[in-house]
Amino acid sequence: MGDGPPTLWEWIARNWDTGRVGSIRDLLGDHLVMSLVPIVAGLLLALPLGLASVRWRWLYQPTAGVFNVIYALPSLPVFMLLISVTGLSQLTVIIPLTFYAMAVLIPAVVDGLGAVPEHVRQSAVAMGFTPLRRLVQVELPIATPVVLAGLRVVAVSSISLVSVGALIGQGGLGMLFTRAYQNPFLPPVIVGIALIVLLALVADGLLVLAQRLLTPWVRARRAT
Amino acid sequence: MITFDAVTKRYPDGTVAVDALSLEAPTGEITVFVGPSGCGKTTSLRMINRMIDATEGRILLDGVPVQGIDPPTLRRGIGYVIQQAGLFPHRKIVDNIATVPYLLGWDRKKARSRAMELLERVGLDPAMGERYPFQLSGGQQQRVGVARALAADPPVLLMDEPFSAVDPIVRTSLQDELIRLQAELNKTIVFVTHDIDEAIKLGDRVAVLRVGGRLAQLADPKTLLSEPADDFVREFLGRDRGIRRLRFVSTEGMRLRTDLTVTEGSDDPADEPWRLVVTADDRPLGWVSRDRPGTLEPYGTFRPGHDSMRSALDAALLSPSGCAVAVDGEGRVVGVATREALDEALTEAADG
Amino acid sequence: MSWLTDFFGDPANWSGPDGIPARLLEHLEFSALALVLAMLVAVPLGLLIGHTGKGGLLVVVTANLARALPTLGLLVLFVLLLGTASILPVIIPLVLLAVPPILVNTFEGIRGVDPELRDAAYGMGLTGGQVLGRVLVPVALPLILLGLRLSAIQVVATTTVAAYTGLGGLGRFVIDGFATKDYAGVVGGSVLIVLFALVVQIVFMLVQRATVSPGVSQRLITPKKGRL
Repeated sequence: MGDGPPTLWEWIARNWDTGRVGSIRDLLGDHLVMSLVPIVAGLLLALPLGLASVRWRWLYQPTAGVFNVIYALPSLPVFMLLISVTGLSQLTVIIPLTFYAMAVLIPAVVDGLGAVPEHVRQSAVAMGFTPLRRLVQVELPIATPVVLAGLRVVAVSSISLVSVGALIGQGGLGMLFTRAYQNPFLPPVIVGIALIVLLALVADGLLVLAQRLLTPWVRARRAT
Repeated sequence: MITFDAVTKRYPDGTVAVDALSLEAPTGEITVFVGPSGCGKTTSLRMINRMIDATEGRILLDGVPVQGIDPPTLRRGIGYVIQQAGLFPHRKIVDNIATVPYLLGWDRKKARSRAMELLERVGLDPAMGERYPFQLSGGQQQRVGVARALAADPPVLLMDEPFSAVDPIVRTSLQDELIRLQAELNKTIVFVTHDIDEAIKLGDRVAVLRVGGRLAQLADPKTLLSEPADDFVREFLGRDRGIRRLRFVSTEGMRLRTDLTVTEGSDDPADEPWRLVVTADDRPLGWVSRDRPGTLEPYGTFRPGHDSMRSALDAALLSPSGCAVAVDGEGRVVGVATREALDEALTEAADG
Repeated sequence: MSWLTDFFGDPANWSGPDGIPARLLEHLEFSALALVLAMLVAVPLGLLIGHTGKGGLLVVVTANLARALPTLGLLVLFVLLLGTASILPVIIPLVLLAVPPILVNTFEGIRGVDPELRDAAYGMGLTGGQVLGRVLVPVALPLILLGLRLSAIQVVATTTVAAYTGLGGLGRFVIDGFATKDYAGVVGGSVLIVLFALVVQIVFMLVQRATVSPGVSQRLITPKKGRL
């Protein structure tokens, strides 16, 4: 070992928890916050907008149109333009990611509710469900698989997109990439990519698990 | 003529879909393959144009083994109609119909004019040629499917449950249309269905297949109904075999009475329990009973020589008089078939 | 607002190798190059896998994994590994990230075509190639184009980020401006990139309009009179 450059494992051990800002653990925490908040906020905002689009059909085209355009905007210039409003804070990353998440989730909510068979809806009405109870107990559960599929896409891409924030100093694990580039050194890049992919896989796995728990009938149907 | 010579289809997992099938589908006739699901009827059909290849045995098209013909070439010479029509959504109706002519390298103009001609032939408005499939109803799409299969005027037509996805009324009209077309075109048609009534209505010959792909019986519909080969065929034919057989008994030469009709408004001296009131130009109005002279009762009609005994009997049962009204092609009354006359004809049918 | 007028009003920004026209052209070149290379790989592969039905799992796994890959990380990784002598270290990740959306959507599009349609096509005597070219591709075209559009979004964004590792293009205004606290450059560049992305979207929408059959998109068309 001696005085040569540290190996990958040595570098990890040395930088995992330095107690200072910028340790790997610290960045991991930031990364989690900046990716989880958009996923959750995106879902919470997409649900009412999706429901409204189903209830008032004319609303869907313009809503989908606006979010399609937003989705097409590259993240870096959007971060940059937001700086003048939100400063160099985590919000600058969180807000655009929330919008990207909504762009995926609103159509998922609409498609999911569209997948509720008309006869199921009718029989719920006939049995005397109030509209709210019908929504909560019948329509949303049936829409869940489609919404969760959208959520998986959102979770994985949000987790990887956060790293672009490093270019404005708010990138979570992405900071490892800029650090590695400024002071050419491979281990931080490898650790950064590995942790981000790992995080994405874990999130994806949790959502698959949630899907199984929330919609047991989907699997039962496949098994028969 | 299409000949199945000991044809077997066995899948790698050992399942036998068709088992040593030997039969002939004569030129210019409709041969129907019918049977429950899993009887190998569709597999048998699809082996003719090599959508599926037979494991053993030979299929001959006018004596030539199909296995020796390159599949695309073979298929361009055989019309193929399937359940959902399978129209190409990205092409206009006229271009859908002209698919095979285009493949055969016909001149574009000739192919399109042929397509327009066929569009009319299958009973569609030529204006539909410029539409896309999604703009047509299921029944219309199915008609286009038939037109497309006929486009290059192939001598052979394979039809795989073509009418099973449309509602009963449309299905009946499509069936009638096929019978009418076949009378003009005289194609060699192999038709697959799971519906025995459709088989009996359309088939010149009906092949009943049992699960496992074995031929249970091959016969014309009348023979099938009167002489089912075994319990399987009998059960598959279902109830009412006797009644349904009446479809094949002609009403030609049935004894008709002409002395039971009275013209509307005129006084009628005859002392009969039922009399048929007609208009001045011999259209039926209704039956009048001796007991209730003021009331017109319902009637049923049939065309002697054109309609079957089944229609005649049906017409009789529609009226409290128990008699069937015989009309000509224009709907004018030509006579009345009484219970006695019907009875005589039925006795004859039961004997023959 | 004054940043915008500062940026767009400065004549120095409209000429030379670091002027707006040159940067715009670079951005277009890099994006187009990456997209075309990705297309050359992903479209044939997607068609093949969709048509033969073999290798579908590979496509799905690759696509999921690719979505998780951080663009900035890949760019830095390749530049550190291969140096900055050529643009190759930057083009590789650009193409890598552009392939999955095209591949997945082409594959899904072809595979999703109604089996009855495939059956009818073969049954009428189309050869395998004709079935693919004359039936499957036209019917799957909306999804194939969606894949290309998503990939283009990805490429335009990644090209912007790639300015960080020394690539030219509109990202330079933003990255350099941020480093030197030239906020006119940052804002002006950002606006340019956003406009660029929107133009790319519009182009794709027009291409879709022009190439997808109205029978597939089910756009209601009024039949032209007198052309029956």
